[in-house]
Amino acid sequence: MSSDTLSLKIEFGGGLELLFSNQRIHNISIPASVPLDNSITSADSIPPADVKQADVTFLMHYLRETLLTERPELFIDNGTVRPGILVLINDTDWELEGEGEYVLKDKDEIVFISTLHGG
Amino acid sequence: MLRRGDSDPETLSVSVQVLTLSLRRSNHCSLVRSMAPASCALCQNAKAILKRPKTGQQICKDCFFYVFETEVHHTILESSLFKPGDRVAIGASGGKDSTVLAYVMKTLNDRYNYALELFLLSIDEGITGYRDDSLETVKRNQQQYDMPLKILSYDELYGWTMDAIVSQIGKKNNCTFCGVFRRQALDRGAATLNVDHIVTGHNADDIAETVLMNIMRGDIARLGRCTMICTQGEDTIKRSKPFKYAYEKEIVMYAYFKKLDYFSTECIYSPDAYRGHARAFLKDLEAARPSAIIDIIHSGEAFEVREEVKATQKAQQTCIRCGYMSSNELCKACTLLEGLERGMANSVITDRARKKINALGPAPDSLRTIPHYRSPLPVVSVEAPSHS
Ligand SMILES: [Zn+2]
Ligand SMILES: [Zn+2]
Repeated sequence: MSSDTLSLKIEFGGGLELLFSNQRIHNISIPASVPLDNSITSADSIPPADVKQADVTFLMHYLRETLLTERPELFIDNGTVRPGILVLINDTDWELEGEGEYVLKDKDEIVFISTLHGG
Repeated sequence: MLRRGDSDPETLSVSVQVLTLSLRRSNHCSLVRSMAPASCALCQNAKAILKRPKTGQQICKDCFFYVFETEVHHTILESSLFKPGDRVAIGASGGKDSTVLAYVMKTLNDRYNYALELFLLSIDEGITGYRDDSLETVKRNQQQYDMPLKILSYDELYGWTMDAIVSQIGKKNNCTFCGVFRRQALDRGAATLNVDHIVTGHNADDIAETVLMNIMRGDIARLGRCTMICTQGEDTIKRSKPFKYAYEKEIVMYAYFKKLDYFSTECIYSPDAYRGHARAFLKDLEAARPSAIIDIIHSGEAFEVREEVKATQKAQQTCIRCGYMSSNELCKACTLLEGLERGMANSVITDRARKKINALGPAPDSLRTIPHYRSPLPVVSVEAPSHS
């Protein structure tokens, strides 16, 4: 069923793309239902009580496990993005969208920008 | 949208304070998080796209551009940074801060008729794969913003690229060399452009970080100076920081929403670990309480530096070798350059090691030196050279 997966456009900027094969834009598909603990195993095999709708926190873990090629500590720190990384959900500051708890929709565009590189 | 007419400076600075207060209040109820798209706190019309770290306000894109630019404008007015006809060089690295600074300076100069002549000034440290790429960005900015660009290289000025310096001294003290060389190169580039003023992209986060570092190093004399928006030695060109109160988050968001072309790769030689820790600490503080950055700057400003502490700063003189201002006979750049030329660069970092190099006798005549510095004198002739 097509509604079981979400197509997302992920963009990295501000030097963060260097951690992701130096590629700024990644088009990915993720399951709409995911494990509550953000592990990237299939949600089919786990009890419904341990399943949630895919949110931005899951996405961050998913990106770390599947696309990140180096220095994971520069991306995720204490279960959220490292301080100094800005996140935009469909071109809106994620602080206005519920941050990690934002539930992803099909065709969402998520941008991660590091503020920490160079002046 | 705010209307463009109602920008009386006093009204605005008062309203900024009010907004800060309303932030403090709204923080208490930040757990009540509305998921519906909020409308802009300023115009009540458009969808909010940004939460301002300074005030907690949720604002739309157009209001964000307008308040960001207007706050820089007020910083410039309140500190009387410029006067009409000033020639101003923007220290341009191709990075986010200086790229946004160039764009905003051009915007404000046009909007408020500052009547400034703006230039881009870039220093080429000679770092393959880093500065050569970022200079391409600056060259595009030159076209996009239609400003004259001057690039001065370490190679041309000192006879050494950073690549060559690192291959001699390794990666341990290279930031010391780069910092000393860049400072003097900027002044010299500015002197060639015959400008009155250099503006740099240092933002509120950078200044708060420097306050922290000066405290951690016990450098109280520097603490007094590092929060100044404008510094001018007797013999150096005036330097200022129009982004002193601009948060890094907003600078990056501004660049993102304006789709400005900037370069963002870490310097390949930058293992300034201490500064890195200070920055990480500051970002953690900011995540917990966004006003931390401005609060730290205010703390730095509030320190009264005692006269005897100030007195430990040596009196300024002129370098006997190159004419640049210096607190010793030889300026720092000449000292470091002599170390490089004599193959003992790592020993010129400290005063004690400096004595060792002196014991070897005077510098040989064949030693490469920096061209003599002409400090920019008040311009008497009206005609500036037409080429740049
Ligand atoms: Zn608005
Ligand atoms: Zn000198």
